[in-house]
Amino acid sequence: MADPAASGQLLDTPLHDLHVELGARMVPFAGYDMPVQYEGIIAEHTWTRENAGLFDVSHMGQAFLIGPDHETTSKALETIVPSAISSLKPGRIRYTVLLNDEGGIVDDLMVTRPAEPDTDGRLFLVVNAARKDVDFPMIAAALPEGVRLEILDERALVALQGPKAAEVLAKHVPGADQMGFMTSMDAAFDGIDVKVSRSGYTGEDGYEVSVAAGAAEALSRALLSHDEVKPIGLGARDSLRLEAGLCLYGHDIDETTSPVEGDITFVLQKSRREAADFPGAARILKEFNDGAARKRVGFRLEGRAPAREGAEVLSADGEKVGVLTSGGFAPTVGAPIAMGYVATAHAEDGTPVKIVVRGRELPARVAAMPFVEHRYYRKPA
Amino acid sequence: MTTYYSKDHEWVAVEGDIATIGITDYAQSQLGDVVFVELPDVGKTLNQGDEAAVVESVKAASEVYAPISGDVTEANNALVDEPAKVNEDPEGAAWFVKMTVSDKAELEELMDEAAYKAFVETL
Repeated sequence: MADPAASGQLLDTPLHDLHVELGARMVPFAGYDMPVQYEGIIAEHTWTRENAGLFDVSHMGQAFLIGPDHETTSKALETIVPSAISSLKPGRIRYTVLLNDEGGIVDDLMVTRPAEPDTDGRLFLVVNAARKDVDFPMIAAALPEGVRLEILDERALVALQGPKAAEVLAKHVPGADQMGFMTSMDAAFDGIDVKVSRSGYTGEDGYEVSVAAGAAEALSRALLSHDEVKPIGLGARDSLRLEAGLCLYGHDIDETTSPVEGDITFVLQKSRREAADFPGAARILKEFNDGAARKRVGFRLEGRAPAREGAEVLSADGEKVGVLTSGGFAPTVGAPIAMGYVATAHAEDGTPVKIVVRGRELPARVAAMPFVEHRYYRKPA
Repeated sequence: MTTYYSKDHEWVAVEGDIATIGITDYAQSQLGDVVFVELPDVGKTLNQGDEAAVVESVKAASEVYAPISGDVTEANNALVDEPAKVNEDPEGAAWFVKMTVSDKAELEELMDEAAYKAFVETL
């Protein structure tokens, strides 16, 4: 695979020309020339919370794991993730993490078991753009004979997120509004073959739509033709996910943090904890049972000054107890928020702390996440 | 009144002995939505190049450096309560500080409006 960072050459997504046409400010991100904003981060953020925002996430890595049957393929993946994949039902999506031997997180990813019976033995993976070159070789190396990795670098991925996403998408993909959250189906979008997943990275209801690169622009223009839909850049994607309390890989979780430290223990299904058969299981299960020394938490700051990644966190009596991994002004909250790691003794909601910004100690409190309530679609029983 | 511009995208409007300092429209457009402004205390002595103020957008924090040396005589505290003014009227109501001009020669190192426009064109 090309290494854009080494060559200094930025890659374009299939929607690059559309971003430029729409007036986006383009910036380098994970080796790609990506739109950071169109009309402005706050306006785009608020639009997504109230209407529907269209995000180009084609830089992310898409791949199929292909084996003879679900049992074989899922067991192969389970050797490097701590989640129960074999029990995943057709059409269901699971968030999980790739682990190194120390139990550190190599990447976080979405795993989908396709709904269609003729796809038995396939898993659809979506990994972070900046980790493709690490993840795919790691996954390939873990596979037994008969299971292979097929990287889908000719596909685009767009996200449609917000409370009006369902009514808009259903006009092109009949039935999309009836899908449960974290489910997926193959469908036709005005005749274009797509994989539709009801999932996202904003805390809102919404979808991610995987489409052949050549059809991505037509699909995006069709979505943008609705008054409810505006294009949204990476700037608002980051502020939306921060308010939703969701981790950004390489910042809030990385190879040194475990799922317990990262407070994403929901990736550790009971069957896998009992089997203790994933990389770093000894460390992770010890932390799961006894608590980890540090933990990812949220912070709300008093005042208006934002605190950002790298800022030190002090206890009320001035001892260094942690560090921020993400932070900024939260448009929907209307105040600065952050997330980071603190010593577990200081991790309880409401604990007063001080965050050091430009030599000044700003008062803050450990805060429950999400900062803005998730509004994922719940299918009526 | 004469207005000068710095390569760091500040404007300096000199009237009598007092200079009013702000950031240019180009600067605010590059920053994006401004959410926080920190201003120096009145009376503070700034040397050319010192950090005079901090302006933060949703994405990042940026320092505003003193384009000239002098003492701060006034700070525009309205920006602290309404940082978005920096996006709305950067070269007018959203000035940052007023200060004395301790060395008029420093003004000669700055650009006039035409030179600044030409400079921005090259970016």
